[in-house]
Amino acid sequence: MKSAVIVFPGSNCDRDVAAALEQVSGSKPHMAFHKDTELPEVDVIAVPGGFSYGDYLRCGAMAAHSPIMAVVRERAAKGVRVMGICNGFQILTEAGLLPGALIRNKTLKYICKTVDLKVETTDSPFTAHYQAGQTIRIPVGHGEGNYVADGETLKRLEGEGRVAFRYVGAAGAADAEGNPNGAMNNIAGILNEKRNVLGMMPHPERAFEPLHGNTDGRAFFDSLLESLS
Amino acid sequence: MSKTWKEPEVTEALAAEHGIKADEYQRLLEIVGRTPTFTELGIYSVMWSEHCSYKSSKVWLRKFPTTGPHVICGPGENAGVIDIGDGLAAIFKMESHNHPSYIEPFQGAATGVGGILRDVFTMGARPIANLNALRFGEPSHPKTKQLIAGVVSGIGHYGNCVGVPTVGGETNFHKAYNGNCLVNAMTVGIAAQDKIFYSKAAGVGNPVVYVGSKTGRDGIHGATMSSAEFNEDSESKRPTVQVGDPFTEKLLIEACLELMATDAIQSIQDMGAAGLTSSSVEMAGKGGLGIELNLEKVPQREPGMTPYEIMLSESQERMLIILKPGSEDLARSIMEKWELDFAVIGHLTDTGRFVLKMHGETYCDLALAPLFDAAPLYHRPTEPTPAKPDLEDGVRVLKGSAADALKTLVACPDLASKRWIWEQYDSQVGASTKFLSGQADAAVVRVHGTKKGLALTSDVTPRYCYADPYRGGMQAVAESYRNISAVGATPLAITDNMNFGNPEKPRIMGQFAQCVEGMAEACRALDYPVVSGNVSLYNETNGEAILPTPTVGGVGLMADGMAAVGLALRTAGDVLVLLGETRGHLGQSLYLREVLGREDGPPPPVDLAAERKHGEFVRALVADGLLTASHDLSDGGLLVAVAEMAMAGGIGAALELGDADAGFLFGEDQGRYLLAVPAAQADAVLSRATAAGVPARKIGTVGGDALNGLPGGAISIASLKQANEAWLPQFMAGTAH
Repeated sequence: MKSAVIVFPGSNCDRDVAAALEQVSGSKPHMAFHKDTELPEVDVIAVPGGFSYGDYLRCGAMAAHSPIMAVVRERAAKGVRVMGICNGFQILTEAGLLPGALIRNKTLKYICKTVDLKVETTDSPFTAHYQAGQTIRIPVGHGEGNYVADGETLKRLEGEGRVAFRYVGAAGAADAEGNPNGAMNNIAGILNEKRNVLGMMPHPERAFEPLHGNTDGRAFFDSLLESLS
Repeated sequence: MSKTWKEPEVTEALAAEHGIKADEYQRLLEIVGRTPTFTELGIYSVMWSEHCSYKSSKVWLRKFPTTGPHVICGPGENAGVIDIGDGLAAIFKMESHNHPSYIEPFQGAATGVGGILRDVFTMGARPIANLNALRFGEPSHPKTKQLIAGVVSGIGHYGNCVGVPTVGGETNFHKAYNGNCLVNAMTVGIAAQDKIFYSKAAGVGNPVVYVGSKTGRDGIHGATMSSAEFNEDSESKRPTVQVGDPFTEKLLIEACLELMATDAIQSIQDMGAAGLTSSSVEMAGKGGLGIELNLEKVPQREPGMTPYEIMLSESQERMLIILKPGSEDLARSIMEKWELDFAVIGHLTDTGRFVLKMHGETYCDLALAPLFDAAPLYHRPTEPTPAKPDLEDGVRVLKGSAADALKTLVACPDLASKRWIWEQYDSQVGASTKFLSGQADAAVVRVHGTKKGLALTSDVTPRYCYADPYRGGMQAVAESYRNISAVGATPLAITDNMNFGNPEKPRIMGQFAQCVEGMAEACRALDYPVVSGNVSLYNETNGEAILPTPTVGGVGLMADGMAAVGLALRTAGDVLVLLGETRGHLGQSLYLREVLGREDGPPPPVDLAAERKHGEFVRALVADGLLTASHDLSDGGLLVAVAEMAMAGGIGAALELGDADAGFLFGEDQGRYLLAVPAAQADAVLSRATAAGVPARKIGTVGGDALNGLPGGAISIASLKQANEAWLPQFMAGTAH
């Protein structure tokens, strides 16, 4: 599995996601800079978390217009797997690769904690290694993770099985208790129509190895590897 | 275009407005040999400020032991450097941003984080962890809530954006901080030992380079402001608080580390307090050289800035670099890649003069060495704190039930859960966090690319320091040593952040002196040297001083970070072992304050030999894999420790306490740990303790959903947790006091 990680000024999870990709695939990801206008042939592109361009103007808004994103769009159209984690999810929505938007958390505060997620579909290269309906624990860390979309978009996402992950409470239900940021329908992660682009607020690379106290994120990366073999 | 400024005439009165006292002004005149220019006066005023010169504290700071087998670089550089093996170094320091945070909590705290990060990455380290120690006034004070909200969001704003995890810290409350909160921030970074950068300039003719943000009018005279007491007019000092931009800091980190990987840098220092003045004077001063700067070349944010303003600005996210000859183009290209300003603003000279020119006009021409090393040095008079009489024996009789007292304690502001705070900090970025403080006695962070774990803590018990500064100073170091040992790491070195009141008052200076003596003795006894630090004096408002608060930031090392032991109880059937001697010391205890409403008596004595022996014993148990949980006994004593372990693990314990009194249950005797040991190993651990001469006894068994066996009845973990978790969120929401 060959991969690339996009580095924007202000990205800060680029090395973490690169380390996880390297560990599952055995090869070092290509680190692409925001000003780059080309990418090597890769199977997976990761748009990492952080504060691209300082989150100034609006989270992800400026990154979405950087030169490298034209290449990412092109590759996504060709079916390359593109994942956006946290700020990466915000960038993919701003870039029009995923529908909806991520606005300020309902609490108006940044939140860093481990949350329960329900795996809503295993029909994607990012989630095939999970069990459908499985509850996993993955950390979040964001100030703007409150997913919003118009009614029609939500209906399509739900109807087409494009909600990848949903926040759930202790009872396993998608309730207010389990929702850390106020996201509509407790949405934590979504897929595009072709299911090769995924955006999610939680950080699977932070629940990847025993040091993290929880390895529920490992299957995310294993799914990618397996989808390519 | 040439432009000249007519500077105000310098008089003794103008010097006094700059915080220079009459006798200091006479000394200045003798050194300069003429009346200084306005710019020169400004430069002297910041270099001779308490903040930059340590003029009241220096004679005492020399008492700290600062060397040891692990020490690569002790105090005097931007941060301390220790050897963590395999060619790697940990670089760390703690620094206060108290005055700015009180005036403007969000920016004050944010720039405190930014400043300490720069102190660490300027030496070549990638920052891997932040901690912060916060002290606020009593919750009922009208400013407290607003200060907490501002400080916490400021720390989060900066630390989250730069992508350095905030993994630990402490938050306490006391009325002595009503008019003067404390914000102490610590950063730890990792560097290769052969890629450590220092600030001593060398090479006559070498270019002096400015990188980072542009210079604006913010923070002018911040160092001087931080060297004076507060009063009702302090609100008007808001313009002296700097404004931070963590995005630029993040770019600066990446750009500097990229430049450091080349061979371009001769020396480097961040522009912190007193900005361009202190960085250029200190770098040239350490190298015994002169320096000449052309100020029109300094990147400026606004037009019309005077030489005085440029030199005294404390604009953030700026670094000063001496480049090796011919490296300008390489350095410029890296800074431009990261979209940062880059300017060659001068060069090193062999004249020994500090020369500042702007558009051809000279605004400063001073001998440099006296600016650097001839600041006044004060042996200020000290007055000892009188010893507190012992408490009466009757105080040991438990008031009410143990369960009620315990519930009161875990819900009190000092011990209540700080989840509301730490969930606002990104503690996971870097994907190397094993434990946050709260999950273990020390935060544990893996060193990237290795199995090593660094154990990090922040400790001090100000009420002990107030009651007996010598003993309190000792206790702060001992508790740091204990917390690091509790996770299984070897304590290597500390950074200290000395927060005190007005040193011109003999009682305050006495507190400082005695705290230093106590800390130094503990550092020597525990082989736990001081490698960096910061002094913050004049923490007073309207004559009311804070409690003496010498915050100790500790760093320890484990060969395998995965082996670190947390404080959460895990397994039913594990045996709880109390290690160390319990005499039942209630003087200055939280039980006394929170349950009996008294702040009396002497703080607990510290037996440094026992601390060392017990610490070594616990570390050996962790190394042998014999512990499932480990926690030191500190605030609130034995029962609070049990409760914290039970709440963290969501499992109770059956305690065997007999008819224990308040002293046994809540006393704060030092040198103690509570350990959870698998039942099969319990006897072996107890006999190892006997053999080692370490007092140890079984005090219960893990299991159930309550703490059973308390005198006066059990208490459920759920109700303890509710009491512990409720206070801070309710207080911040305005529904509790």
